[in-house]
Amino acid sequence: MRKLKIKRPSLRALTLPGLSFLLAMAFGALLIAFSDSTVLKHIGHPWSFLKAAGVAVWQSYLALFEGSVYNPSLATPHDALLSWYPLSETLVTAAPLILAGLSVALAFRAGLFNIGAQGQFIFGSIAASYVGFHFHWPIGIHVIAATVAAIIAGALWGGLVGLLKARTGAHEVIVTIMLNYVALYFLMWLLGTTTFLRPGRRDPISPDVLPSARMPLLAGSNYRVNLGIFVALAAATFVWWLLSRSTWGFRFRAVGANSAAAKTAGISVPFVMTSVMAISGALAGLGGAVHVLGSDFSLTSGTAGNFGFDAITVALLGRAKPMGVVFASLLFGALRAGGGTMQANTNTPIDIVLVIQALVVLFIAAPSVVKWVFRLKNLKTTGELAAKGWNG
Amino acid sequence: MSLELRGITKSFGALLANDSIDLRVETGEIHAILGENGAGKSTLMNIVYGLVAPDSGEILVDDVVKNIKEPSDALASGIGMVHQHFMLVPVFTVAENIVLGHEKSGFAGRLDLNEARERIKKVSDQFNFNVNPDDLIEGLPVGVQQRVEIIRALIYDAKVLILDEPTAVLTPQETDDLLKIMKELKGQGTSIIFITHKLREVKEVADRITIIRRGKVVGNASPDASQKELASLMVGREVELAPDKGAHSIGEPVLTVKDLTVRDNSGRALVNNVNFEVRAGEVLAIAGVQGNGQSEVARAMVNLEEHVEGSIILDGAEVIGKSVRESLHAGIAFVPESRELDGLIASMSIAENLILDLHDLPPYAKGIQMSPNTVLSEAEKRKVEFDIRLQSVTDPISSLSGGNKQKVVLARELSRPVKLLVASQPTRGLDVGSIEFVHKRILEERDAGRAVLLFSTELDEVLALADRIAVMYRGEILSIVPSGVSAQELGLLMAGVVHA
Repeated sequence: MRKLKIKRPSLRALTLPGLSFLLAMAFGALLIAFSDSTVLKHIGHPWSFLKAAGVAVWQSYLALFEGSVYNPSLATPHDALLSWYPLSETLVTAAPLILAGLSVALAFRAGLFNIGAQGQFIFGSIAASYVGFHFHWPIGIHVIAATVAAIIAGALWGGLVGLLKARTGAHEVIVTIMLNYVALYFLMWLLGTTTFLRPGRRDPISPDVLPSARMPLLAGSNYRVNLGIFVALAAATFVWWLLSRSTWGFRFRAVGANSAAAKTAGISVPFVMTSVMAISGALAGLGGAVHVLGSDFSLTSGTAGNFGFDAITVALLGRAKPMGVVFASLLFGALRAGGGTMQANTNTPIDIVLVIQALVVLFIAAPSVVKWVFRLKNLKTTGELAAKGWNG
Repeated sequence: MSLELRGITKSFGALLANDSIDLRVETGEIHAILGENGAGKSTLMNIVYGLVAPDSGEILVDDVVKNIKEPSDALASGIGMVHQHFMLVPVFTVAENIVLGHEKSGFAGRLDLNEARERIKKVSDQFNFNVNPDDLIEGLPVGVQQRVEIIRALIYDAKVLILDEPTAVLTPQETDDLLKIMKELKGQGTSIIFITHKLREVKEVADRITIIRRGKVVGNASPDASQKELASLMVGREVELAPDKGAHSIGEPVLTVKDLTVRDNSGRALVNNVNFEVRAGEVLAIAGVQGNGQSEVARAMVNLEEHVEGSIILDGAEVIGKSVRESLHAGIAFVPESRELDGLIASMSIAENLILDLHDLPPYAKGIQMSPNTVLSEAEKRKVEFDIRLQSVTDPISSLSGGNKQKVVLARELSRPVKLLVASQPTRGLDVGSIEFVHKRILEERDAGRAVLLFSTELDEVLALADRIAVMYRGEILSIVPSGVSAQELGLLMAGVVHA
């Protein structure tokens, strides 16, 4: 009997994201060159201009690499391994992003556009933080309880969207955008209450979660890398299994690809919408837990940062596939971690990183640009991300 | 105006869709292009209309080579086309659709539709199309939408009119009307390229017939050739046009429908107090013109309609109120009217499409863990049993031809224990070979003692398969007649004429 052909993300599928990234880096290089005042001094002399530009771009991208993966100058005589410290930072940033990205990707596959990962992430952070600082439980149990609380909070916040869509037809994009605001302002209100405001502080910040509720560190106290990255990878594996090996995922994909046919075959579309949004919410909520229990420890109004929105980018870049999301998140984590070093060591502002991220998305959304630049004829550009209309 | 194609060749990857096709259509001629689905007829016409660029070959209008790159070039050369799949904006009115691309504006850029309205009314009255210029397309039955497409081509003075399967959705009367129109147009000097696989129509109107098989012109025929000869040329082997209906015994009622009323969201009754029963080993055909409530009756059988009154008794148990899933598992096989929209999920694999309904039951799943190997091995079995022509069961279903897609739907629906088969337009858009298969399979189910409820707008199909025929008109069953009824009589009933 033949074995099931698992549709691995083949090289072809990686072509578009890969080339888009290359092209974005190339545009970034132009920006670096033309925004550098020392380079611009040579503008009248083409040869020295090119040389100066090359140096500026090389130094910026080297700094980006040193800030995100490996920096030999960080090594001390006692600890040569410290030069890998930037990689730890990349993983710390990537872990919550993977989870939020999975949340968006899963909903995508079921035909839903979850813009609400941000709100679900916030609710996860609130629940994890509250359980983490309010209760005094033993090591192990405490961190698990805080994580589970975050999963439940995210699932409820996400499931609400699915329920509204299934019952009333309310479009998930509108609902999630609005619920993001509700979540943010709810968080800001909470931080003014005596329960959440850190004693002795007037600015909105919660108490640190207790050490017993923190994600265990993986490489000792010199590095921030923690169990969160493994939680994220486990979640990616779970989402892969869910989508390609479980009856639930089968239904999600069926409804996502053609809800009329799914309904005709006896699949309950309202149930699928509600459950997929609940699971999506749970993943984003888990992202909040990993962030608060793994690296941030306290809640502020900016706790969720840009995770929920970068999640959309990452899901797009990863073509809504779990492994794709992992790689895309690692890449974004590296860009974020390295951007700071780049700004500190060179004349290049951290904003270049944002430009590169935005360009990657732009090129993926407009594949004809990539095709034209690289003279590709048969690049497959249709994937799972066919956008749905407002009636979808 | 004459149209000539010389050496048109087009390949899509490894598939040679058109292989150096030569074709000449004379002024005022109805030239039928006969071929099975996937033979390359549509590709050829899309090339003529500027939708697809040929790899090689040239198009001549009145013996002058024309460079047709866009549909607008084709229109400028006097070539108009009515597509098989409608090119209409659903949320626009008829008039708005017809002026699309040729809008006239009045004061301060206001859209002026009055002239278009007049012209639509004129054409509509002339050919009895009964089209109101101000109706929204999405509210119109498929048949009327088709007429809008035809009006559009007629209004822009096409001298060569390409009709791609124009009669697929028309009633027998409407088809006769269209054939008359085609003859009239021909009389006025318009050339018509008539793409079809319906032999009766070809024989009735065509002046010349070109037969295409697998991208090549395999022959020309005159309209005097017999249907059987034409079908054999088209398919490339002998075909049986009318299936053998063997002797069989009719049993107890399996399905009893009482006072069935189906309403739309606004409360309007689309189906009004319908009563019928289907017995074991019997095919009850519900005939009627598209849009007279048959689709809603079919969908109500498996609870896909929301506002339903009355009762549907299957084998002694009420069906109404159950979920779709429960209805299907109560023993109803359901072949929906639209394979593409309701029957199949285009981006999922053939194997997955075969188990849409059973994916969470053994042997395909244990708990929520699916067994991919079982899914594949069962798909291989279905492939053999239903003669589904495919390369790999893991390919997406969209890689299959229409006939093979329908076989997948049938294979899925008949793999549950079935008491009643509900088949809605089961051969719409299929080629002769696939129609033969589907008909045989439906009769096999009947002979095995199952009740079959067939919904069809095709007279030939109804007459070939049915034991009894119920004719629906405006949401009601006008009459239920035995299968011996003549095609003419049936056609009149479908038009709402009940004679005393």
